[in-house]
Amino acid sequence: MKRLEQGERHTVSLILNGVPRTGRADNRTLLSDFLRHELGATGTHVGCEHGVCGACTVRIDGAAARACLTLAVQAEGRRVDTVEGLAGKDGELNDLQQAFRRNHALQCGFCTPGILMSCSDFLERVPGPTEAQVRDMLSGHLCRCTGYTNIVKAVLETAAERQARREEEKHA
Amino acid sequence: MRRDGQAVEAGRQTSFVGRPLERVEDAALLTGRGRYADDLGVKPGTLHAAVLRSPHAHAILKAIDSSRAQTSRGVRAVLTGEDVRRWSQPFVVGVKQPMEHWSLAVDRVRYVGEPVAVVVAENRYAAEDALDLIRVDYEPLAAVVSVEQAIREDAPLLHPAVGSNVVSDRSFRYGDPETAFDRAPHRVRLTVHYPRNSCTPIEGGVVIAEYLPGEEGYEVTSNFMGPFSLHAVMALALRVPAARLRHKSPRDSGGSFGVKQSVFPYVVLMCLASRKAGAPVKWVEDRLEHLTAATSATGRLATIEAAVESDGRIVALAYDQFDDVGGYLRAPEPATFYRMHGCLTGAYAIPNLTVRNRVVLTNKTPAGLVRGFGGPQVYFALERLMQRIAVELKLDPLEIYRRNLVPPEAFPYRAAAGALLDSGNYPAALKLAEHEGGLAELKRRRDEARAQGRLYGIGFAAIVEPSISNMGYITTALTPAQRAKAGPKNGAIASATVSIDLLGSVSVVVASAPAGQGHMTVCAQVAADVLGLKPEDITVNVELDTQKDAWSVAAGNYSSRFAGAVAGTVHLAATKLRDKLARIAAHQLGVAPQDIAFAGGEVFPRSAPERAIPFARAASSAHWAPALLPQGESLGLRETVFWTPESLAAPDEQDHINTSAAYGFAFDICAVEVDRDTGRVRIDRYVTTHDAGKILNPALADGQIRGAFAQGVGAALMEEFRYAADGGFQSGTFADYLVPTACEVPEPLILHMETPSPFTPLGAKGLGEGNNMSTPVCIANAVADALSPIGDVSDIRLPLTPAKVMGLIGIDDPAPSRSRERATEPAMGDGGGRALTANGAIEIAAPPEAVFKVLLDPQALVQVIPGCHALQAVSENRYRAEVTVGVGLVKARYEAEIALSELDPPRSLRLAGSGLSALGAARGSGRVTLEAIPTGTRLSYDYRAEVSGKVAAVGSRMLEGAAKIVLAQLFERLGRHAGGAPAKRESWWKRLLRLLGWGK
Ligand code: FES
Ligand code: FES
Repeated sequence: MKRLEQGERHTVSLILNGVPRTGRADNRTLLSDFLRHELGATGTHVGCEHGVCGACTVRIDGAAARACLTLAVQAEGRRVDTVEGLAGKDGELNDLQQAFRRNHALQCGFCTPGILMSCSDFLERVPGPTEAQVRDMLSGHLCRCTGYTNIVKAVLETAAERQARREEEKHA
Repeated sequence: MRRDGQAVEAGRQTSFVGRPLERVEDAALLTGRGRYADDLGVKPGTLHAAVLRSPHAHAILKAIDSSRAQTSRGVRAVLTGEDVRRWSQPFVVGVKQPMEHWSLAVDRVRYVGEPVAVVVAENRYAAEDALDLIRVDYEPLAAVVSVEQAIREDAPLLHPAVGSNVVSDRSFRYGDPETAFDRAPHRVRLTVHYPRNSCTPIEGGVVIAEYLPGEEGYEVTSNFMGPFSLHAVMALALRVPAARLRHKSPRDSGGSFGVKQSVFPYVVLMCLASRKAGAPVKWVEDRLEHLTAATSATGRLATIEAAVESDGRIVALAYDQFDDVGGYLRAPEPATFYRMHGCLTGAYAIPNLTVRNRVVLTNKTPAGLVRGFGGPQVYFALERLMQRIAVELKLDPLEIYRRNLVPPEAFPYRAAAGALLDSGNYPAALKLAEHEGGLAELKRRRDEARAQGRLYGIGFAAIVEPSISNMGYITTALTPAQRAKAGPKNGAIASATVSIDLLGSVSVVVASAPAGQGHMTVCAQVAADVLGLKPEDITVNVELDTQKDAWSVAAGNYSSRFAGAVAGTVHLAATKLRDKLARIAAHQLGVAPQDIAFAGGEVFPRSAPERAIPFARAASSAHWAPALLPQGESLGLRETVFWTPESLAAPDEQDHINTSAAYGFAFDICAVEVDRDTGRVRIDRYVTTHDAGKILNPALADGQIRGAFAQGVGAALMEEFRYAADGGFQSGTFADYLVPTACEVPEPLILHMETPSPFTPLGAKGLGEGNNMSTPVCIANAVADALSPIGDVSDIRLPLTPAKVMGLIGIDDPAPSRSRERATEPAMGDGGGRALTANGAIEIAAPPEAVFKVLLDPQALVQVIPGCHALQAVSENRYRAEVTVGVGLVKARYEAEIALSELDPPRSLRLAGSGLSALGAARGSGRVTLEAIPTGTRLSYDYRAEVSGKVAAVGSRMLEGAAKIVLAQLFERLGRHAGGAPAKRESWWKRLLRLLGWGK
């Protein structure tokens, strides 16, 4: 295992939302800080830095993970996806983002990027979730504004839409 | 002809106000393009601050040595109390008392987490490293952590010059309460406690401050959100004219709920840190700092009593209230009391009232704005009392509500203490809740459940929800004579600016500092309606720059002032601009200004709609061709309006005060089932009925209600800032301060009525705080009702955690088993912090004499005490030591004092230690007894330890485990040093594993 010395600066290279990016980090730099302040991807937020609130959630090689509990150096060579990568090329919102807007599933929006990343991973793994499953997944996130109802609605709606689209494709 | 024009106008323009439009804010927020304070670029060379905070709840600050920190890598400056004294002055306070509150402790600390020094370094990591190198010499004092303790004659005083911990004591009398109480056939009385909690936004405080040498001023960007009356408090503290403290608020804020008000002392602190460092300084509050030291709702101890007629009519009310405001009376406290003062009689027509308000200091975090501000506390007393009246008089609760509600024909109704309740139909709302909410069905469920022995209950709460605070209400804390001297204060000035640019696009600028409530969307709706445009044609800017924008004392995001005051003022400003435009267009079209209409993006004479010109064209001519303006018309297309509700006067001689401009109404019904075996409270149904006047955007309104409801559920069932008996703070993480997740918040049934306010421009009132006020007590009432088959429970305390509910049911947790090795549950120490106690015994293969010798030998002791690096004798059997202790992943180096006493060789002694580290303070003491047995010695110990500071705040769940490991190591090493390994080495390991939960 590579040993990283304290106080040394390291080069970290990763694929951020499909784009190879490189930055400098200490061995103790958190991935959340690295993304925000080194790479300028400030869409990922920090709400507790102890793994409870979920605001910092990103996807590492596809799996939802807490950026505040990950060291930047651990992301070396990995694929990291953040909220900035969700929308289409011209900035058009994806189906999940649209469902959030339609359902008023955000207020201050501070928890939202983390929730969107968890949901993206979740909906790929669980394409037809029940409300209880959605709530269970969301329980890894704290939102102080919305009372969650509209978030649950947005996720269920997106799942149903995707399901319908899959059906259509099958029959087409 | 004219009629046709109106038809055209109506046909072309749909009204946007009142529709559930999508938000203009969302696209940016959903794509990671938010502009929160920590996302903004800073000037190159900006440094980062970390704050050293007190581990003690109460101590004299004797000395600070920051020399080692100053030379630490990357550190550029350390700010201490000395600097703060030199460059600033204490914050002004709302009552006249000799007490000082500085942005940094200067001679004494009064709560755990109080700032003591600021390290400024090249990055946050380096700044935090250096915090550990600052030596602070504290002399701990006894702490007071409850109102009951603080008001005792012999209580330790937080501010000795005041001579008491009660810093304000005012009594009020309205009507003729004595006679009413004398005559009434019934008196119902109740004492309640409301806990300390907070709505904890997910984004913490952020301040970027720069000292401007030469200009003798400061420039700040922060997510402080008002009230901007506090701008004056900050400027005075910094000893600069207000114009020289330029404060900018970013567009986005990650939640506020009033809580971000508590950023203001850090604005001052970071200004001073920047001055010391000679560079801009940025500080981002972390979660531990936020939970420990940002703010809290006041804790409330209240006794409330009602004089009641036999039919349930309340004829008089008496409050005796204490507010626990923490270590300092920080502005705007004691506002928690006075925000609600005018409407202390709630939704009821009660003519007679007495009130006594005492503001009490304790060694806790200073209290401040938290959504609902004052309401949760008042209604917890008043609405619990309503439930008690029903129980004690054996009346149907709804009957009591109906008898007491202010009748619809009485509006505007002047309440006893001075609130002018503007509009409403309370009985109709009650009926709506009852029918649409399915009360009959819930009663049936209750009957069924009770028949089966299950605990099911129904609770109610009726509240009036004040919005748009009177800036003068806080002066009710002063006596009329003091007020006369200080000059009257009143009103709630809101401002808005609407302008049109060269190409005819419209901008709105407001000083409302939103935090997710959708102000941009609503302002666009309002302006669009006035100007005959679409919301997407309107650009709204909600950033606030105190040097350039129009703002006044009441600016900011609090007291639910947006819908009633700010959106209304946007309407007024847009109307003023429209009228000007109408004059200009009328001049050009040769018609009368009154004939000009705005609809569908066009401007046209109603008398000749076919002569319509595009809005942009009509507007731009004022810029491009000023010569065409009608005579006497002023230049420019920009209107700023300042508005204040006329109904808000200063308190009168008799202390009547109309505390708010508008008063909404909410009536809630809650049905719960309580699990007899676990104490868990399940909400079966929650119905909440709101009348907030005209609703501007129903989707946003419901969002506000749901959010407040979720926070109300949290306050009812989960949330509390816990303090140990020595003032140690124990809720420093989101794993310790539990807030509701998607699994704990049910979907409430929301019902609406709209009785417009006659006092606001659009008839709107606030509605975002109602459920913070109604939900906690409504759930409490439901639980009280659910438990009624078991016995009459009146003392319901929040949060209703399963353990607390089990206590009410009458089954306490099973007593701890008497296993010798078991550390008993952490308990509140008498004078202590997070107290750990344990006792146990171990066998050592050496005689008692040998063991005793080790304990007295410093050379040996240094090797026996786990993590001990150095041990220096300071006197006989007293040592100074450096000890490293780990809790979970954190390690701290404690500077400890170790003392041996009560020596009775070779039978027993007492081993005591106390220490201080970057993680907080620790002290403990234990008795060690040695007994000769055939295999050597049986050593028994019985210890009690207390820790406070960071370790207690974040690590309390891990403490016991850590303590056990240390203890086990201590005795194992002791055995080895005394000449033999512990006799039962294997079993010791087994025991350790078991303690750690890895073995059986
Ligand atoms: S910031 Fe990572 S979980 Fe809260
Ligand atoms: S929208 Fe504000 S925390 Fe979730």
